[in-house]
Amino acid sequence: MTTTELTKKDMLLESLNELDFSNEPQFAQDLRSNAKNALENLEFPTSKTEYWKYTRIGKIINKTYGIQHEASDSNIAITPYLIPELDANIVVLVNGFFRADLSKIENESGLNISSLKDAVNNSNPFVENSLGKIAKAEKELFIALNTLCYTDGVAIEVDKNAVIEKPIHILNITNSDNLISNTRTIVKAEENSSIKIIESFVNLQGNESFTNNVSEFFLNANSNLEYNKIQNKNGESYQISTEQAYQLKDSNFTINTITLQGTLVRNNLNIEVDAEGCETNLNGIYLGEGKNHTDNHTIVDHLKPNCNSNEVYKGILDDNSVGVFNGKVFVRPDAQKTNAFQQNNNILLTDDAVINSKPELEIYADDVKCSHGSTIGQLDDEAIFYLQARGVSKRSAINMMITAFVKDALDRVSIPALKNYIDLKIDSRFN
Amino acid sequence: MLKIKDLHANIEDKEILKGINLEIKAGEVHAIMGPNGSGKSTLSAVLAGREEYEVTKGEVDFGGSDILEMSPEDRAREGLFLAFQYPIEIPGVSNINFLKTAINETRAHKGQEAVTAKEFLALVKEKSALVELDAKLASRSVNEGFSGGEKKRNEIFQMAMLEPKLSILDETDSGLDIDALRIVANGVNTLKSKDNATVVITHYQRLLDYIVPDFVHVLYNGKIVKTGGKELALELEEKGYDWIKEEVDAVS
Repeated sequence: MTTTELTKKDMLLESLNELDFSNEPQFAQDLRSNAKNALENLEFPTSKTEYWKYTRIGKIINKTYGIQHEASDSNIAITPYLIPELDANIVVLVNGFFRADLSKIENESGLNISSLKDAVNNSNPFVENSLGKIAKAEKELFIALNTLCYTDGVAIEVDKNAVIEKPIHILNITNSDNLISNTRTIVKAEENSSIKIIESFVNLQGNESFTNNVSEFFLNANSNLEYNKIQNKNGESYQISTEQAYQLKDSNFTINTITLQGTLVRNNLNIEVDAEGCETNLNGIYLGEGKNHTDNHTIVDHLKPNCNSNEVYKGILDDNSVGVFNGKVFVRPDAQKTNAFQQNNNILLTDDAVINSKPELEIYADDVKCSHGSTIGQLDDEAIFYLQARGVSKRSAINMMITAFVKDALDRVSIPALKNYIDLKIDSRFN
Repeated sequence: MLKIKDLHANIEDKEILKGINLEIKAGEVHAIMGPNGSGKSTLSAVLAGREEYEVTKGEVDFGGSDILEMSPEDRAREGLFLAFQYPIEIPGVSNINFLKTAINETRAHKGQEAVTAKEFLALVKEKSALVELDAKLASRSVNEGFSGGEKKRNEIFQMAMLEPKLSILDETDSGLDIDALRIVANGVNTLKSKDNATVVITHYQRLLDYIVPDFVHVLYNGKIVKTGGKELALELEEKGYDWIKEEVDAVS
């Protein structure tokens, strides 16, 4: 077994070895070589790996991928991927590279958005100090893989007291078939600052391509960061996405994960709450169809007292699709007066759809309020008939009930245009 | 308007309706009474198009079309309305929004233009007043957290909004106190016209004091065994169903 797995890893690394990072500053090269060492000790997960128990990654690793070596200048119409009626800074990544020509960035006072590659090459102090600090290569194979060969991405810094109203919309586009891309996002919200980010993962063709992206979020005291992840890749597509957040005193971190499409999507969210008075919101919607497989793994680690975390994930699984939810909350001995609430609700539209739901609490403090719940059900046939009996088509009735079901997982999306956009995507899916 | 001919229907291979014949004309009010298990609710379910029931024989003509071939929504769009005995709670689905969809899908079905937001709101205001349904209830999730009486008033509110040709009220009186009963009956009577018809399914004569029927039918063992005027309801109230059962059982 071991030899074949090594071969797969080697094969994957072989194509990535063509990437040349020798011009990068020393800190960046050190990070990459550290990741390379970490990879020596990490293996692809198997069905015996608890963290990956319900998600087989054979589909991803049994393929050979090509890579893109540098940003191309091919023209891409990005309008179809924009969110209507949204005034945002648009950051476009194509096949792993920042495209200044397609982006529309106006850095206002207190905000600095740049390509990660530029930030690294300019030895941006924040990037130099923070890259890889919370998404650690030795922790996980796909983080290590990304750290070894990320090509580009986005670096965002929000200065102290800067409240940025205009959201940043990152369009992460794949438009080549059989391509592997490793993108990376790093965000720092300074004291008392506020920022909202949307990242859409989409493809234009890009069949059988694999996106392995990693994001790191640093929240300083009393900052506010909302990250909305929209996964909407059609055809055969694979994505492993890791978001790592670190929260300091009185900060507020919200992450909304909306998985509309994708053959195999795995989301790893890890949030370290390392100071008092923090709030953490993790919400998600996943719509499975065909044979799609969507896996959401979340960890909230409460290290300090007086913090709240809320988690609501809602899944609608159609056809032969499979969903996985594993939400873990740690309440460490110091974290007294923690309120942690976690909920995962699923509707299976067919007899063949599957959900593996596993909410977990590990509590080491004695004065906490924690709850978790998981439900699996079908749409209520009586309710569908009731709506039909008033003249509503069966399709509309089902759509109304699905929309009603998923609605409260959208409560933390604070950008109205985005909320409408997601509503419409859900509507058009079931209409 | 509605012609039922020799209607037989099963649920899970058990025959419940064993040859129903009934004709309803515009402007009429019919009451269908009968003991428990006689098939009253099955009849309304079959007419509304519940899938669990299998029609094994017979015809139902509604305004010139064969209704048994239609989906439940098309029956509703053609003007058939069923007020449920147990209205369903649907959390998260707004009462008003779903009615707007229902009205617009019905209009589209008939080739008419969609209702404007302004027209719709005026309609909601007018019709909710008719059954004294609080405007706040009208815009909440369908029946969620409604009292028994509010649910039944909401049924009549929906009926008023949809303006059906034929309304079937399935045990609408069950669980209602006298005030709620009066409000519901008043709503039904106000909506009555020479162009529409009402079928009242009930156990008790009480409702028929408020909604006065032109015909009273007694359903027993899957068949209509007796038809009379409103005085038949009074007789049933006084004597119970046993004498009818004896009459029928003696013949067979």
